[in-house]
Amino acid sequence: MTWPALLSLAAGTYLIRLLGLLLPGRVRVSAHVERYFDLGATALLLALVAVSTFTQDGGFAGWARPLGVLVGAVAAWRRVPFVLVVIIAAGTTALLRLAGLP
Amino acid sequence: MDVGSSDRTLREDARDALALAVAVSVVAVSFGALATAAGLPLLITMAMSLLVLAGGAQFLAVAIIAAGGGPVAAVAGGLLLNLRHLPYGLAVADVVGDRWPAKVFGAHLLIDEVVAFSRARGSGARARRAYWTSGILLATFWNAGTLLGVVAGSAIPDPSVFGVDAAFPAALLALLLPALRQSDARRVGLASAVIAVASTPFLAPGLPVLAGLLGLGVAGRK
Repeated sequence: MTWPALLSLAAGTYLIRLLGLLLPGRVRVSAHVERYFDLGATALLLALVAVSTFTQDGGFAGWARPLGVLVGAVAAWRRVPFVLVVIIAAGTTALLRLAGLP
Repeated sequence: MDVGSSDRTLREDARDALALAVAVSVVAVSFGALATAAGLPLLITMAMSLLVLAGGAQFLAVAIIAAGGGPVAAVAGGLLLNLRHLPYGLAVADVVGDRWPAKVFGAHLLIDEVVAFSRARGSGARARRAYWTSGILLATFWNAGTLLGVVAGSAIPDPSVFGVDAAFPAALLALLLPALRQSDARRVGLASAVIAVASTPFLAPGLPVLAGLLGLGVAGRK
């Protein structure tokens, strides 16, 4: 990683972030379009959840991780406090790996 | 979750943001150790965490460099992965702030977990406080963790031993539950997740998540 590469990545990332924040104030959008912005964020975040739950380097991530996420999701759904959801998910996966599941 | 500004919700939000930040710091430690093992000097590694502040893109860029991919490929890969931040901005623009200084500084804190964390708290004053609290905490812990990883280097165990890789999807999912109470969001989210996973073997890193936006096609009516 060279300095020019690093600074390009940093500047590009920052401009992508800033652009999204500045656009809605510049263009008047209907409530319908605003709902789509909101749904778009949900779509991206869930896509990220799914990809980071099931895949690693383009292949299947193994069972320990999705099972940990599943147990964490059930805990969240049962209104377990957020801090515990994080710990339960990580703990389940850690235990499964300790038991030999990849 | 009620929208309010009592001391209790404030404390709860701060505690939850701190939990997220601690998990982030564990990943940051592994980033620092990995970047150092790949031969990156301390200053470059730290500048990456400070200025890029996007875990996925940082790991990807270092992996590309370590695989001999060259700086141009590393930048292109990282930016592709970060394109998802543009629609995030559209969704949380009002939450971050109205005036330009808020947007100029707030843009740097536009991180997956921060977006999800603040959106789980609606779109009012509580969401704004949640955005800034979690953003500043995550940024701080990300950089502190990176430094620790660089210094401790190879003494750091693989974070997958602690199951941290399961903590992040679970945390994001927990934060998305309020949004998923609406049926159009559930339809879009499910379609998006299926499209993203199904396309992962065929697309470059970053593209499957963007392809998830196609899930908007099933939004229909509320």
